[in-house]
Amino acid sequence: MSHTTDVVVTGLGATTPLGGDVKSTWAAALAGESGARPFEEDWSERYGIPVQFAATLKVKPEEVLERPELKRMDPSAQYAIVAAREAWADAGSPEVDGERLGAVVSSGIGGIWTTLDGWDVLREKGARRVLPMTVPMLMPNSPVAYVSLEFGAKAGAHALVSACASGAEAIGYGVDMIRAGRADVVIAGGTEATIHPMPIAAFAASRTLSLRNDDPQGASRPYDVDRDGFVIGEGSGVVVLESAEHAAARGARVYARIAGVGLSADGYHITSPEPSGDGQIRAMRSALRESGVTAPEVVHVNAHATSTVVGDLIEARSIRGVLGDDADHVALSATKSMTGHLLGGAGALETIFTVLALHERQAPPTINVSSPDPELVLDLVRDTPRALPAGDIAAINNSFGFGGHNVALVVTSA
Amino acid sequence: MAYSEQDILAGLAEIVSEETGLPTDAVQSEKSFTDDLDIDSLSMMTIVTLAEEKFDVRIPDDEVKNLATVGDAVSFIANAQS
Repeated sequence: MSHTTDVVVTGLGATTPLGGDVKSTWAAALAGESGARPFEEDWSERYGIPVQFAATLKVKPEEVLERPELKRMDPSAQYAIVAAREAWADAGSPEVDGERLGAVVSSGIGGIWTTLDGWDVLREKGARRVLPMTVPMLMPNSPVAYVSLEFGAKAGAHALVSACASGAEAIGYGVDMIRAGRADVVIAGGTEATIHPMPIAAFAASRTLSLRNDDPQGASRPYDVDRDGFVIGEGSGVVVLESAEHAAARGARVYARIAGVGLSADGYHITSPEPSGDGQIRAMRSALRESGVTAPEVVHVNAHATSTVVGDLIEARSIRGVLGDDADHVALSATKSMTGHLLGGAGALETIFTVLALHERQAPPTINVSSPDPELVLDLVRDTPRALPAGDIAAINNSFGFGGHNVALVVTSA
Repeated sequence: MAYSEQDILAGLAEIVSEETGLPTDAVQSEKSFTDDLDIDSLSMMTIVTLAEEKFDVRIPDDEVKNLATVGDAVSFIANAQS
């Protein structure tokens, strides 16, 4: 299906385990750095959590936000505000009527720190000590509500919740808002703040986290034969989306175009991807169809690739299933090897990486792959970045989530 | 332990400052919470909750509307101390 409204990316913002902004995050990614670190707290000993590390933020929000902001926002909203401010400034703070400005910022889990703190206060001190800001802080639409408030985004403020696909789905929905004519500019992205012992214990219980405690930086190893699960991360990525017409009228710098949005559901299992990759394939095909991009034009894929034993290979086979022999010319990057898995923030951060890969013609590396899985059917970019070709090129960013959510975004060079 | 009105004002100023970002010396007895300090009802309830804990007093919900100024709150808390 063709569409008449081109949607471009004009601003980028992030706070991640690799850096407090996009520039430092991207530089660290190209340098192949890992954001994983041992816990600062003794959670593992105190609660018997088998995991002893996570990919925590490089720059804490306390260093960049005012005290009242920190008190009124759950960390998930704090990270989103930091990223949104950078993205908005990076876009040149576009002048736009608030009724033509939308906001879509998702979280996979929401304000879990606030939820659990509130429960502690209730149990220890009683109902009268539970703060009135508890609900506006714990609700999963809190990050987007704050973004909408700060930038006066009145065309709509949405928080799509689809686990680890949330950040990419938010960007896809922002694209749809512009195509549907409901907004000219949309601030879109994802955020997550779950480096807390309870969710980490729960993820560990589902046997999805790496237990490589003696080597945190080497723990996230997508496609390596010794991969043993993902490294939980935190942070946010936010982009400014704009109709190409609106961006051109104000002479905005354009990084890339979000040319196709593909959404599907597995309808198979609450945590496992459908083994044939059917849902993932349908998402990628639908994004390609919408974009008008053909398989030979795809030169790069930022894979979901969390470093779980089965998930990574299913995705690799799905990509080959969609691109066929053209997959031979695709530079595959698995950036969670460096950032850890930002859950609801992951899809947004990886969209930023995909946009920058096309803009700067450099596919970021995948680290920690000392022995690629012999069943890997794609050309993995290992250890150092790889140059991408000149001319009109396209890339796919994949994001998949518990619950069987599949999101594929097709990005094309500006 | 009973707090003096001076201690209560200082403690309240800290709570208001944390909540609003205003400097503590902007929180003076004659200031109106709404007109001068721009505190909305949600922030007011937060301040009340934190003040109850800090000074170990009870400020009933139907009293809060009578606390127009910082001084009103200081007096109420001073009198409410056992």
